[in-house]
Amino acid sequence: MNAPVRRLSIVVAILFASLLVSTTLIQYVFAADLNARPDNRRTLLSTYARERGSILVGQTAVASSVPVDDQFKFQREYSNGELYAHVTGSYSFYGASGGLEQAENAYLSGSSDKLFYRRVSDLFTGRRPQGATLETTLDPAVQRAAAKAMTGIRGAAVALDPKTGAILAMVSQPTFDPNDLAGHDLSALDENYEKLNTDPQRPLVNRSINGDLYPPGSIFKVVTAAAALSTGEYTEDSMLPGPAVLELPGTTASLPNMFPGACGDNDQVSFTRAMAISCNTAFAAVGMDIGADALRAQAEKFGFGDSLSVPMRATPSTIPAELNMPQLAQSSIGQFDVRVTPLQMAMVAAGVANDGAVMKPYLVQSVIGSDLSVIETTDPQELSQAVTPDVAAQLTRMMEAVVTDGSGTRAQIDGVAVAGKSGTAQHGEGRKPHAWFISFAPADDPQIAVAVIAEDGGVTGSEIGGGRVAAPIARQMMEARLK
Amino acid sequence: MSVVSSYTPRRGRNVELVLLIAAVAIVLLAYVNVGVATSESMPPGTMALAGGYLAMAVGFHLVLRWRASYADPLMLPIITLLNGLGLVMIHRIDLANGTSISDGVALRQLMWTGVAVVIAAAVLVVLRDHRVLRRYTYLAGVVGFVLLLLPLMPVIGTSIYGARIWIRIGSMSFQPGEIAKIALAIFFAGYLVQTRDALSVAGRKVLGLTLPRARDLGPILIAWLASLAVLVFERDLGSSLLFFGLFVAMLYVATERVSWIAIGLTLFGAGAYVAYLMFGHVQTRVLLWLDTFSPEALEASDQLAKGLMGMAAGGMFGTGLGRGRPDLTYFAESDFIIPSFGEEIGLVGLFALLMLYVLLVQRGLRTSLGTRDGFGKLLAAGLSFSLALQCFVVVGGVTRVIPLTGLTMPFLSSGGSSLLANWTLVAILLRISDHARRPMPEVNVPHEVGQAHTEVVRMP
Repeated sequence: MNAPVRRLSIVVAILFASLLVSTTLIQYVFAADLNARPDNRRTLLSTYARERGSILVGQTAVASSVPVDDQFKFQREYSNGELYAHVTGSYSFYGASGGLEQAENAYLSGSSDKLFYRRVSDLFTGRRPQGATLETTLDPAVQRAAAKAMTGIRGAAVALDPKTGAILAMVSQPTFDPNDLAGHDLSALDENYEKLNTDPQRPLVNRSINGDLYPPGSIFKVVTAAAALSTGEYTEDSMLPGPAVLELPGTTASLPNMFPGACGDNDQVSFTRAMAISCNTAFAAVGMDIGADALRAQAEKFGFGDSLSVPMRATPSTIPAELNMPQLAQSSIGQFDVRVTPLQMAMVAAGVANDGAVMKPYLVQSVIGSDLSVIETTDPQELSQAVTPDVAAQLTRMMEAVVTDGSGTRAQIDGVAVAGKSGTAQHGEGRKPHAWFISFAPADDPQIAVAVIAEDGGVTGSEIGGGRVAAPIARQMMEARLK
Repeated sequence: MSVVSSYTPRRGRNVELVLLIAAVAIVLLAYVNVGVATSESMPPGTMALAGGYLAMAVGFHLVLRWRASYADPLMLPIITLLNGLGLVMIHRIDLANGTSISDGVALRQLMWTGVAVVIAAAVLVVLRDHRVLRRYTYLAGVVGFVLLLLPLMPVIGTSIYGARIWIRIGSMSFQPGEIAKIALAIFFAGYLVQTRDALSVAGRKVLGLTLPRARDLGPILIAWLASLAVLVFERDLGSSLLFFGLFVAMLYVATERVSWIAIGLTLFGAGAYVAYLMFGHVQTRVLLWLDTFSPEALEASDQLAKGLMGMAAGGMFGTGLGRGRPDLTYFAESDFIIPSFGEEIGLVGLFALLMLYVLLVQRGLRTSLGTRDGFGKLLAAGLSFSLALQCFVVVGGVTRVIPLTGLTMPFLSSGGSSLLANWTLVAILLRISDHARRPMPEVNVPHEVGQAHTEVVRMP
């Protein structure tokens, strides 16, 4: 009976060999896949146990991990939570959600491939592994001014450094306190999230980059003007037809001004004046003259249609692919199906301010390792040359006229030349229009470009909404930067 | 003509003692490791526990010196190490669950270890010759089948988490299948030694395979039906596979006919397939096995998935004892103790554990080869193979080689019945190995016998 016992031992060897293979597959070959599963609580808990990097605004940490005495080891805390809620996002039991917490999770948690060698050295030196710290581009003064000015207003405000694209302020109202979403008490966490998520005001949405897209209304006239001036057939002094009502070709519909009457004597108005008083009929006529392709091409040069990561993903702004004449006329004044984010309109203002060069917006200035070495730093990057410096200069002068002697006088700052454009965007029958304002200052050496929207902040049938509600907010943000 | 060379057989008891001390030292190290990792200090009572455990092992060692001095010297150190590591892991999971030592599972397991060691030692003392067991062949058979089917009895049988493999008397619950494993191995060995000649008579030849005669198919059919009953009514694929596999393996060893293996595999495959078609719980098991991470499977049970993620978290070298989260998996201290080890001591550590089992099984099979009597040979082979098969069913179950079953990992998993049965099993193996390695008694035959001068008597 010895021969079959020997063969039985071969069977045993095969059985155990299959176990060696199966355990190797699980613990080595597919381990990374299993660890990366979203429902893997161990991975989550181990990232908890690692000290997450901070998010800095200026020299202040607005998000930081504080040691606590429970199984998670660290508690995420947000100083000034409401002010920076949409920038930081939150980090909870369920993982990173929104804002930089989510977009830069790899750096903050320390799991980024770029931190690989650091982790290896941590392993040998016995140093506690730590996530990297993010230094943001935000200017706390501008951010605070924007949030303060927008108290009680639903909407968003974005400020850029026109020369670099650095985001100086990013405010979305209403906001929330990320500390409510960062606790370790599961049921409280669920309850808070449920409350915020079902709130009809949608405080969790970052309206500045990825809320619902807004119709831009008259602030889009800057794009229309840029397209027209770029054709070479128009200058800032060109005389345009500016009747009280423009008859649209091929339809019985007509397009009126937002104010009673014509834009100038004899239904004629200069391009600059048309911009200053936001003359719908003149811009509709210009738009129909230059054509849909030129308008769309100009919009795309300013960044329409681009998927940007700032590093949070911003929804691309859109302009319809097919436009008939009446639609083109509507689009030229920022109505019909043109849809934008506040960030996109800030980029338009910044592009004009920066001699026509649109810079890629970014929120993270540098990534700093736990040993304070700089791991990565963001260099300004040009997205496109939207218009020539000459056209940009003309547009600047036209936008200055808006502030000195037009619909945006409330954006004036003593001793500083401000360029701006107001807008009032209709978005449905019987609803108050959105109030917009984009601007930059100083006009001759721009330090800041701003876009502000106050949802439902306008006055129906009037252009004054943008100038009255949104322009003062923009002014306070610019003042905070220039002070 | 064989040449018999005279040599002094090595008993290996001193080697065993050294290995035992090493095994207890490793267990002690693991225990301190857990303490330091969880509370950053030496756990209290370390020396007392280590001393007690060492005393238990050395006690057993002394019994071996006394009653089975030629027994295999590797088996005791191996099971001491496995049992000790199991205790440490169970203690570690107690800590994670926040239970104190006094009402933790580990203390109960330690108590059971003591009982198991005493009973195993008693078996060695009382059972002076394993061949005595052959007298109880049919009694063992009856006991084995009764134990196997006992959980199906209405009052005492208890279904725990879907598998009906427990009996409960008062507050005591017991998994009789573990004891049945030994009883059935004794029965199969005794029965097959008697009938092996009949069972190996060649019948017809089909496809190059010599089939046994049809009239000899009776026993395998009975074993098959019993194992299917276990599968269907106790809902336990593991026990079913274990008993049928044990029977087929011993049948093969006894008859040396491959055809029995072919018939056995065919029967089991067909039975399992029919069961799969007919019973929802078998289908669920198969779904969990083949498509562990599908939403339907996760809805039915995420236990296997959690175990897999635990093992993955361990990776190559593990998180270190006391530094992982094995408690996130249900039954981390019993059915899923292997993933717990995988997580904390890594793939490398798991390999080492599996190698300990391989070594143990190999020593058992070696014992079988060295034993001179057919009954002992079959019994040793059967017991060793049942250990190997059980390891395969358990580890294969949690690593998706086969569907998950409810068996326990010998010596590691928490559970008194399992400890008792496996210590006793090894005691019987030790007893057989003592016989196998003991030198033949010197027969005092004068070697001149053949060369004695003969006298030619001249006949008148």
